[in-house]
Amino acid sequence: MDAQTVTPTGSNTGTVTTKMTARDVSVFYGPKQALKSVSIDVSQENVTAFIGPSGCGKSTFLRCLNRMNDTVASARVEGEIKLDGTDIYKGDMDVVQLRARVGMVFQKPNPFPKSIYDNVAYGPSIHGLARNKAEMDGIVEGSLRRAGLWDEAKDRLHDSGTAMSGGQQQRLCIARAIAVDPEVILMDEPCSALDPIATAKIEELIDELRGRYAIVIVTHNMQQAARVSQKTAFFHLGTMVEYGDTKTIFTNPTEPRTKDYITGRYG
Amino acid sequence: MSLSLTALVVAALGVVAFFVARARANVFDAGDLSTRAAGDRPHSRPVYHGAFVALAAVIPALLLLSAFSFVQPKLLDGGIIASLPAADQPKSAIDRDAIIGEVKGLASGELADAFNPASKAAVPAYKVNQSRLQLEALAAAVLLAVGGAAWAFTRLAPQFRARNRVERVVMGILIVASLIATLTTFGIVFSLLFESLRFFRMVSPFEFLFGLQWSPQTAIRADQAGGSGAFGAVPLFWGTLFIGAIIAMIVAIPLGLMSAIWLTQYAQPRVRSILKPVLEVLAGVPTVVYGFFAALTVAPALRDFAFAVGIPGASSESALAAGLVMGVMIIPFVSSMADDSMAAVPQAMRDGSLAMGATSSETIIKVLVPAALPGIVGGVLLAVSRAIGETMIVVMAAGLAANMTANPFASVTTVTTQIVTLLTGDQEFDSSKTLSAFALGLVLFVVTLILNIVALRVVKKYREAYE
Repeated sequence: MDAQTVTPTGSNTGTVTTKMTARDVSVFYGPKQALKSVSIDVSQENVTAFIGPSGCGKSTFLRCLNRMNDTVASARVEGEIKLDGTDIYKGDMDVVQLRARVGMVFQKPNPFPKSIYDNVAYGPSIHGLARNKAEMDGIVEGSLRRAGLWDEAKDRLHDSGTAMSGGQQQRLCIARAIAVDPEVILMDEPCSALDPIATAKIEELIDELRGRYAIVIVTHNMQQAARVSQKTAFFHLGTMVEYGDTKTIFTNPTEPRTKDYITGRYG
Repeated sequence: MSLSLTALVVAALGVVAFFVARARANVFDAGDLSTRAAGDRPHSRPVYHGAFVALAAVIPALLLLSAFSFVQPKLLDGGIIASLPAADQPKSAIDRDAIIGEVKGLASGELADAFNPASKAAVPAYKVNQSRLQLEALAAAVLLAVGGAAWAFTRLAPQFRARNRVERVVMGILIVASLIATLTTFGIVFSLLFESLRFFRMVSPFEFLFGLQWSPQTAIRADQAGGSGAFGAVPLFWGTLFIGAIIAMIVAIPLGLMSAIWLTQYAQPRVRSILKPVLEVLAGVPTVVYGFFAALTVAPALRDFAFAVGIPGASSESALAAGLVMGVMIIPFVSSMADDSMAAVPQAMRDGSLAMGATSSETIIKVLVPAALPGIVGGVLLAVSRAIGETMIVVMAAGLAANMTANPFASVTTVTTQIVTLLTGDQEFDSSKTLSAFALGLVLFVVTLILNIVALRVVKKYREAYE
């Protein structure tokens, strides 16, 4: 693709507060090193995109940010990741609380085989966020509204979430993630299993959620990164090659490898 | 020469035919294959030509021999009767069978002497007849084998499609094998059905299925002491359900489910790789071993406990002892089905829950078990069907008294136990007592069949949901 055709939307708005910082993060799967000394700041106000070819470590890094790599027995994380200044890998950080603050949306829509209502109510109920049915109804409606799914779902709240279309399922997963009112939302290639129309809806939604949540999105699709993000990090072979404003990365990258990738020389 | 030796001769002919035909086909194949065009190459490899000729030699000859093995005894029997002089002709079917039996016994040397002098006289003719028939069979089989091989051999040519024919014959053999297995099942069902029908001619199905009194002992002669012969099977059905579907499941479902959860979700891979096979060994222990464990260890301990606490009606054979041990026996079934169905829940589902900040146990209770529930239910139904068909444990530990009681320390009896007691020992096979065993077997068969069908449907439905 031609870098010139990409027109990044949005821009850095005045003040930027850092939400998460990563310093020298390395990840090993057994003896194999998947990520080499990555340092990055994620800001509250921006959407941060991670791009790069398959196997470059971008998803691995994303899963470090809410410690989902803990579920992989052979994975080992080195370095320091802080959320609001607190190291999330240090002893007093409770992983359950961390994941309530740092939500995640996966590559393939993975609603639970429960009703739409129960899918959204899942997080609030395990974290005790609603004291009664009325409060829970309010949370479910608010989350579905913010995920742009309320109009489609309000008459079928008790139908199974798995009966929805792929794009609706993915928005349901986003509603499920925002129902616990997280501070950060991580999205791991959220549109790779969706058709272009559903993808456009998700991208629109990401733009609407920006500012309210710090959003980090991993994507294969460079136009998508250009459309939805304000900051972009380019990963290659386990290292972070370049990180900067999306506009700069797509129009005037400093690293030749970044330039080659975004102009379609490889990847 | 006996028929089995003849069959060996035919097989040897088949082997010879194979090698000859393969050597012939090797000639088609001579020369450098790589320089020939595809159309010039022989259609089938030499080994298929060999196999084709060998099959043509062996199959018709063996079919002839197996048909002959049915006809030969009848021919020989007819020959014996025909050789008897008019005065010694048997007067009844029993006489006829007696003479035939004696002649055969004398001829084979199993009998030293005969009661009927006519039998002795018939022996030489019988022997001649027998060896003539066997020789005829040998000649016919060899002729057919050689003829078949020769016919097949003349068909061999470079473009002859031997491979396709051999493949078709192999498929035919496989079909026959699977038909035998299936037809045997039908045969068992029909024999069960017909014997049960004989029983239901004596006792009404209504009384059998809904009667509350089970006492199958009937007096054979008028002066004998014996029960009235009551065939109400409800106490047996109750005992079976009480042990197999209630007590055993109270033990097996929680233990099996929880061990599966621990093994799949919490245990280190190394621990799992040791404990899972150990658990599965439980399924391989012969049930008779469980049986004497139940009868000699568990049952007396339970009786002593019941006496100590003052529970009335405690017996040294109890529903509880049989049910507890059966429950332990069933654990591996429940746990391996639960294990499989939880492993089949996509990892994405677990990740989704964990990423919401759910703990492992919340994820298991709220996501994993509900998603795996159809598989778990299917496993439990299969376990129930296995438990109610289980025999050895209940024979040894549950007792024979057909009590209708909910006291687990009392003795009850089950369908399988009654079938065993009704059919072991000397029995006359036309009394309602003996025939009732078949009716019980039929009920057991129908119930387990329904359970299995329901269980498999439930499991299948669930599998479809995730693929």
